[in-house]
Amino acid sequence: MSDGIGARVARKEDKRFITGKGRYTDDIRVENQAYAAFVRSPHAHARVTGINAASAEAMEGVIAVLNGQQLTGDGIGNIICGWAITSKDGSPMNMGAWSALATEKVRYVGDAVAVVVAETQAQARLAAEAVEVDYEELPAVVQADAALSGGAPEIHDNAPGNLIYDWELGDEAATDAGIAEAAHVTELDITNQRLSPNPMEPRSAVAIYDGAEDHYTLYTTSQNPHVARLVLSAFYQVAPEHKLRVIAPDVGGGFGSKIYIYPEEITCLWASMKTGRSVKWTSDRSEAFLTDAHGRDHITKAKMGFDASGRITGFKIDTIANFGAYMSLFSSAVPTYLYATLLSGQYDISNIHCNVRAVYTNTVPVDAYRGAGRPEACYLIERMMETAAREMGLDPGELRRRNFITAFPHETPVIMAYDAGDFGGNLDKAMAAADVAGFAARKAEAAGRGKLRGLGYSCYIEACGIAPSAAVGSLGAGVGLWESAEVRVNPVGTIEILTGSHSHGQGHETTFAQVVADRFGLPIDNVSIVHGDTDKVQFGMGTYGSRSGAVGISAIVKAMDKVEAKVKKIAAHTLEASEEDIVIEGGEVKVAGTDKSMGWHEVGLAAYTGHNLPEGLEPGLKEGAFYDPINFTFPAGAYIAEVEVDPETGVTQIVRFTAADDFGTIINPMIVEGQVHGGVAQGIGQAMLEQVVYDEGGQLITGSYMDYCMPRADDVPFYTLEHNSTVCPNNPLGIKGCGEAGAIGAPPAVINAITDAIGSNDLAMPATPQAVWSAIQASKAPLAAE
Amino acid sequence: MTNVTMTVNGKSVSREVPDTMLLSEFLREELRLTGTHVGCDTSQCGACVVHLGGNAVKSCTALAVSLDGADITTIEGVAPGADLHPMQAAFNVHHGLQCGFCTPGMIMSGIDMVNRYQAEGRALTPEAIRHELEGNICRCTGYHNIVKAIEDAASKMAPMAKAAE
Amino acid sequence: MYEAKYHKPASLTDAATALAGSSDGAVLAGGQTLLPTMKQHLAAPSDLIDVRAIDAMRGITVSEGAVTIGAATTHAEVAGSAVVRENIPALACLAGGIGDPAVRHMGTMGGSVANNDPAADYPAAVLGLGATVVTTSREIPADEFFDGLFSTDLEEGEIITQIRFPIAARAGYSKFPNPASRYALVGVFVAETGGAIRVAVTGAGADGVFRHSGMEAALATTVSTSVLDDVAVDAGDLVSDIHASAEYRAHLVTVMAKRAVEALS
Repeated sequence: MSDGIGARVARKEDKRFITGKGRYTDDIRVENQAYAAFVRSPHAHARVTGINAASAEAMEGVIAVLNGQQLTGDGIGNIICGWAITSKDGSPMNMGAWSALATEKVRYVGDAVAVVVAETQAQARLAAEAVEVDYEELPAVVQADAALSGGAPEIHDNAPGNLIYDWELGDEAATDAGIAEAAHVTELDITNQRLSPNPMEPRSAVAIYDGAEDHYTLYTTSQNPHVARLVLSAFYQVAPEHKLRVIAPDVGGGFGSKIYIYPEEITCLWASMKTGRSVKWTSDRSEAFLTDAHGRDHITKAKMGFDASGRITGFKIDTIANFGAYMSLFSSAVPTYLYATLLSGQYDISNIHCNVRAVYTNTVPVDAYRGAGRPEACYLIERMMETAAREMGLDPGELRRRNFITAFPHETPVIMAYDAGDFGGNLDKAMAAADVAGFAARKAEAAGRGKLRGLGYSCYIEACGIAPSAAVGSLGAGVGLWESAEVRVNPVGTIEILTGSHSHGQGHETTFAQVVADRFGLPIDNVSIVHGDTDKVQFGMGTYGSRSGAVGISAIVKAMDKVEAKVKKIAAHTLEASEEDIVIEGGEVKVAGTDKSMGWHEVGLAAYTGHNLPEGLEPGLKEGAFYDPINFTFPAGAYIAEVEVDPETGVTQIVRFTAADDFGTIINPMIVEGQVHGGVAQGIGQAMLEQVVYDEGGQLITGSYMDYCMPRADDVPFYTLEHNSTVCPNNPLGIKGCGEAGAIGAPPAVINAITDAIGSNDLAMPATPQAVWSAIQASKAPLAAE
Repeated sequence: MTNVTMTVNGKSVSREVPDTMLLSEFLREELRLTGTHVGCDTSQCGACVVHLGGNAVKSCTALAVSLDGADITTIEGVAPGADLHPMQAAFNVHHGLQCGFCTPGMIMSGIDMVNRYQAEGRALTPEAIRHELEGNICRCTGYHNIVKAIEDAASKMAPMAKAAE
Repeated sequence: MYEAKYHKPASLTDAATALAGSSDGAVLAGGQTLLPTMKQHLAAPSDLIDVRAIDAMRGITVSEGAVTIGAATTHAEVAGSAVVRENIPALACLAGGIGDPAVRHMGTMGGSVANNDPAADYPAAVLGLGATVVTTSREIPADEFFDGLFSTDLEEGEIITQIRFPIAARAGYSKFPNPASRYALVGVFVAETGGAIRVAVTGAGADGVFRHSGMEAALATTVSTSVLDDVAVDAGDLVSDIHASAEYRAHLVTVMAKRAVEALS
């Protein structure tokens, strides 16, 4: 059918966005509205010795100035990390206390120490500047390796040497032996730089306390409102779940940064109770740079051994992960179970060992950002492969092919069970679409214009569809990662889908409707999607980790199975046929092989009138399901970047970008391609433009778009996309997920291309014009000396 | 506080506002036209772009009081009738938006650039569109479909009579 | 932003009076720099004197070998001006590359020049063309106007009303934008006026816009890119930051100067 699975349906939700009628949190203004502004630490590390709010309290419009002693005094709990990682010596991770408003110490520039609630936002901000906080400054540490070195300032009392955990995965002795017997060993020191996610909508919260009902409502910019409610209730003790409604209305992008529960939402809820006013806070961009969880920030040393035929004999990795000043909600899982477990890449490697040390520094907390751990793993592996190929004089595509996993299922030595894939086929498609055969001629032509042209590959794999609850539970997760859905067929036959997935740009209102329309043969306009409100939707784990298709849609399919069974019972009874003979096609419920049928809407009506139902069957037509995946899904692909470098300035232009992806079953190719475009742009951003920079004292240098370089339209090319789908065998529709692929696969392709162009491998991200120019100069230097 | 009167989306509006109120705040908080968004505080992201006398400007970088007598069009006003503006329609058809937050500014900048290029008789190539979007940041789409949408809309927008000045 | 009192005088006299009568007044033109600075609480003027309604500060005229541009003329107006395009195309080109289209519809030449941001484009044109800055009280030659970072020869209460650019025989501007802000990381304006060559560099100097005498001397012998190869650019005088080291900026000054020479028209 024209708008079912596989159709390029234009998005149903677009109309409100293109006409200015979207409803984001900051668009909401309620009765009794007051505004919050936070008093933030200007120091990276300091003891708070006193707070004097007298002059601020006296200012026009100020309702209250509240601090951390009051917050903890009211029993608001500390912010926690929800995934327990155990160090290799068996000790638990060292999680330091994090109060939404700091009490004794501040640990990064931007750490909140007090909140002002006032009649207007301007009044709140002015008063926040007037709150006098006495600080006793302490030495600060910013870089992860420096934090581990002896004598570094200690940030949390219960984390000696700033070490959060020292964790390992894989067989170290076997890996050492594999590398020892190698014919060739490639070694790289790789930094995966710190990024700021930067969804265009800054975070915002509107908290409403209803004293008569002792009930709270929170409108907030969340990717997972039920998780927010759970955490706010279970850990921060703001209110029990039945007394707290969390609504995530239209949300303007997240990329991971809106998964977490931040101090501001907690404080607004509490402040609403304290002041009896609805309390609203909206971050501005400068505040977002200071408070939104950052991503990446790994320092890694790696060794990869190869035998004489180019087969990998062992891969050893030592990573230090910078967690910032506090452990954010999922921070601990990122450099462990979302990183080390993917270090086999697309390759058949017998021996892998990865050691990860997580450390505190006086910087913004770090957590999952688009890809989360998998971009770090992919960048490492794909830089290793390209480097090794160059060192061994092999074609980089050929070296990869010699090591590709070709038989499935495949168990890696880092505990992943790949279920399906066609890695060689992905690379074939990408190479054909990128016209690799014609590259030499293009390179020669570019050289004639004084430009250096380069080609770079990246063959990525990721683990998505997060995640089997029992598996992640055994690895330390504090929650299950199933998804829920409810399919509500109305008496007139229209359908509402209540889903625990949350759309903040992904187009669920269209994609999910396509799946339902396809199943029952209905127009997609007869299907609407309800999400983002804990009072409406039964439960949900939210949208991140490319899980909404593989897990969220699977829950809908399970609920539709139940609806279909009941529809068949009702129709069989009405049409006097056997249930086995009932088929649902094109909006009709028919008896196969006969002309007997009833309209879909007639079944709905029959279900709700209850006038003539099979004996014992309940009226109504509404079914719910919880879907728990049995494995991760494994999207994979081959990306090829082609760049042109101006050697005079180091300016690099991406002239071609080709992606061949295996996402399994695709519901709406247009939306999937959009996800790849956006992911690749973020990957190009990491490769060439973006980096969070602190000075040595912990002051944020890249605190606005003046200094943090966001990808703009003229920084990126048109992208050429190919699909090479193998069906995921582990979920009902065979979906693998597509949300993070671009951000994972693009960075190594770009850096491999630039290093190919300039003939030097000594280039770190971001490859800014200066970095590229400097690498060219450095590689010329020895030649000049000869 | 100063009284300011301007025409917004064809209607005259008058308000007593603080002298330092930004046009973006005036539109969002005073008129409750919340389609104009604010995504940065350094005048770079372009989510707040509106038209002032037919020209794209950043509403976060203009004082409301300075615009007494001005003619402002916001995203809510680009298609006064039932039909979408060709630029709006093209963003839908080409999937030029995901989260939708930057979209109003993108559409307003898109209309502005098409009008200017048509008035000057210049070709709006994809390269030109990318260059013209220097002041509009999108984090979701990777720009591919935004460029396609503006290119398509340009072919469908009737050349605008040069505004009588 | 902090509170400020807004004024919209209709004449230069009224503007000067308003400025003189304020405790810490600031001239507001397009506001594309001043307002973001105020939003960040980096500036807190007591009064804002909006000069855009003053006719004497608008418009573009040409006479006796010079193009005179009102200080409140927007970048878009300069970029689109037939007069500027015909007489000093490099200036139109420079104006068309400032900020982005929306910023160019509001930002003004006078605002940019008075602010003297070390990464702004206009100071390079003013200095490179040897323009004259006309104020409410006097005429200031470009060589005497710029006075270090964000600092000029303007005295308190003095307002730029016009800038008079000599029509160069030929001129060219080449800019290397900062990848993040898109301001000039390095911008070089080269102009040949009345037989003399001037080379002005913006974005790079630790003290803001400056003339490069070595390049001027070299180009005075032959106007060609090759003579610039032998001119040293001292990195010691240049800015170093997260976007570019002084050494890289020094290199870019040479590259941009060559491209400006190639663009001479």
